[in-house]
Amino acid sequence: MTQILLGAISLGILWSIMTIGVYITYRILDIADLSVEGTLPLGAAVACSMIVKGANPYLASFCALLVGCLAGLCTGVLHTKLKIPALLSGILTMIALYSINLRIMGAPNLSILRMNTVFRPLTRAGMTGSVAIIVVGGICALVVITLLYWFFGTELGSAIRATGNNQKMVRAQGINTDTMKILGLVISNGLVGLSGAMIAQSQNFADVQMGTGSIVIGLASLIIGEVLVGGKGFYRRLVALILGAVVYRLIIALVLELGMNPNDLKLFTAITVALALWLPQGKELLRTFKKSLAKEGK
Amino acid sequence: MLQVENLTKVFNRGTVNEKTALSAVSLRLDPGDFITVIGGNGAGKSTLLNSVAGVFPVDGGRILLDGHDVTRLSEHRRAQYLGRVFQDPMMGTAADMNIEENLALAYRRGQHRTLKWGVTGAERAKYKELLRELDLGLENRMTDKVGLLSGGQRQALTLLMATLKAPKLLLLDEHTAALDPKTAAKVLSLTQKLIEENHLTTLMVTHNMHDAIRLGNRLIMMNEGKIAVEISGAQKQSLHRADLIALFEKSGGALENDRMLLS
Ligand SMILES: Nc1ncnc2c1ncn2[C@@H]1O[C@H](COP(=O)(O)OP(=O)(O)OP(=O)(O)O)[C@@H](O)[C@H]1O
Ligand SMILES: [Mg+2]
Repeated sequence: MTQILLGAISLGILWSIMTIGVYITYRILDIADLSVEGTLPLGAAVACSMIVKGANPYLASFCALLVGCLAGLCTGVLHTKLKIPALLSGILTMIALYSINLRIMGAPNLSILRMNTVFRPLTRAGMTGSVAIIVVGGICALVVITLLYWFFGTELGSAIRATGNNQKMVRAQGINTDTMKILGLVISNGLVGLSGAMIAQSQNFADVQMGTGSIVIGLASLIIGEVLVGGKGFYRRLVALILGAVVYRLIIALVLELGMNPNDLKLFTAITVALALWLPQGKELLRTFKKSLAKEGK
Repeated sequence: MLQVENLTKVFNRGTVNEKTALSAVSLRLDPGDFITVIGGNGAGKSTLLNSVAGVFPVDGGRILLDGHDVTRLSEHRRAQYLGRVFQDPMMGTAADMNIEENLALAYRRGQHRTLKWGVTGAERAKYKELLRELDLGLENRMTDKVGLLSGGQRQALTLLMATLKAPKLLLLDEHTAALDPKTAAKVLSLTQKLIEENHLTTLMVTHNMHDAIRLGNRLIMMNEGKIAVEISGAQKQSLHRADLIALFEKSGGALENDRMLLS
């Protein structure tokens, strides 16, 4: 039981970095960016193919982040310069990355079993796999949210936040909204690439399919976090994302434990997210419904 | 300060919906000029202001701001010269950001955004002082989200933002039209105060003839994409609504059913 719990927590922490990336596009920029479905395996592919060649796993993970940034740049340019709708731009990048990921790995999947990973120093020191992942992943997630907390408080970060709010106003303040959107997409996809690299190292392989449905997982984690940790404060909201990603994994572990067919998981997640996204309108609907009932009662 | 030469703007060129919104409009504002702009619906007033702001490319003519040809400059590059307030109170601010963050964005208008703090302590004190002068109680709500403010409060804040870094030209497009009469009057007197204090060159569109006559040192009336009437100086001081309507009709404009008459 502890094993399952620890496993779920560790996976949640690695996915939380991806969730933070989704938060930047979905909540801050107000863009649903599907390129992450390709960027996650991209990060995994880059890291694993470097590790296979004997590269330092920390360097490999950093390269995964940089290449993720490049993918975000692609989506950003498609969207802002070629004026392709954001959703479609993301899909185009995602599809293109499928081929690119296959090229990078040379096969649909790539094993790094028994090779060096970012978690290896800790497991060698005697920690179990899950604990090592929680420690390294946790440190990484904390560094990421601290950096983002700082960044979104700067002039540049404020400009990005405002762009997601009111582009007309932002342009009137002399800010290039295209550049801000590109920058947001670059940061977001960089984080997703890093997340993919860490996930791959935790499971000892990269798979070209591992990004499928990841946007929905990211959204589910994001919403869970927001529901659990309400209230103001940007740091609070970032911490909520980590919590949300972990709780999501715990829920998944629970329903599997209760006997759900693993093949049904994605359906389960999709329905949950659809309900959660509908929740605000649903509440409103319920309220008006109750009101009209009360009126009829009189 | 602003020089507009033969400005032409055609929407949907080559389609059945082709519409010449501006046809060869020329206008010159000297430093300190405060021009009020009136005209019927669809006369081209907003198009004139939006062309100057660079919201869309124009089809002919030139725009010079402070001696620089900005005709081909993108909207965000032109912003360094301009302060703008829109008709919709939602348009001028970022709703999910707080009051001081909005002011800080405006305070850096035309500057490169760097990795320095978005709002500094010294700025906060300055903003607090300026907000206190608005007398809307906003000085105690600096960390409240702008989305929580009323339309009038938002419009007053947008005005402050537009003038925080003195613009070469202030563009006001019916910025009180969406407010109730009492709030509109308040925002208008604030507008007057800010323009006088900062000696701002201003182009203000309004549907209220009385305001158009009362405010500013020059008045233009637009009709079908052209400047139909232009009045300034002493002639403007002694102007009455009836004179204005007569002038407008003489120039070929039709005023039936127009919002302008109702105000
Ligand atoms: N983006 C656009 N696309 C197509 N036509 C437009 C566009 N903007 C304005 N027009 C047309 O150009 C003409 C001038 O519009 P404009 O908005 O400048 O009028 P206005 O004088 O500001 O009127 P109002 O008093 O109603 O605000 C109108 O016929 C309008 O329908
Ligand atoms: Mg208009």
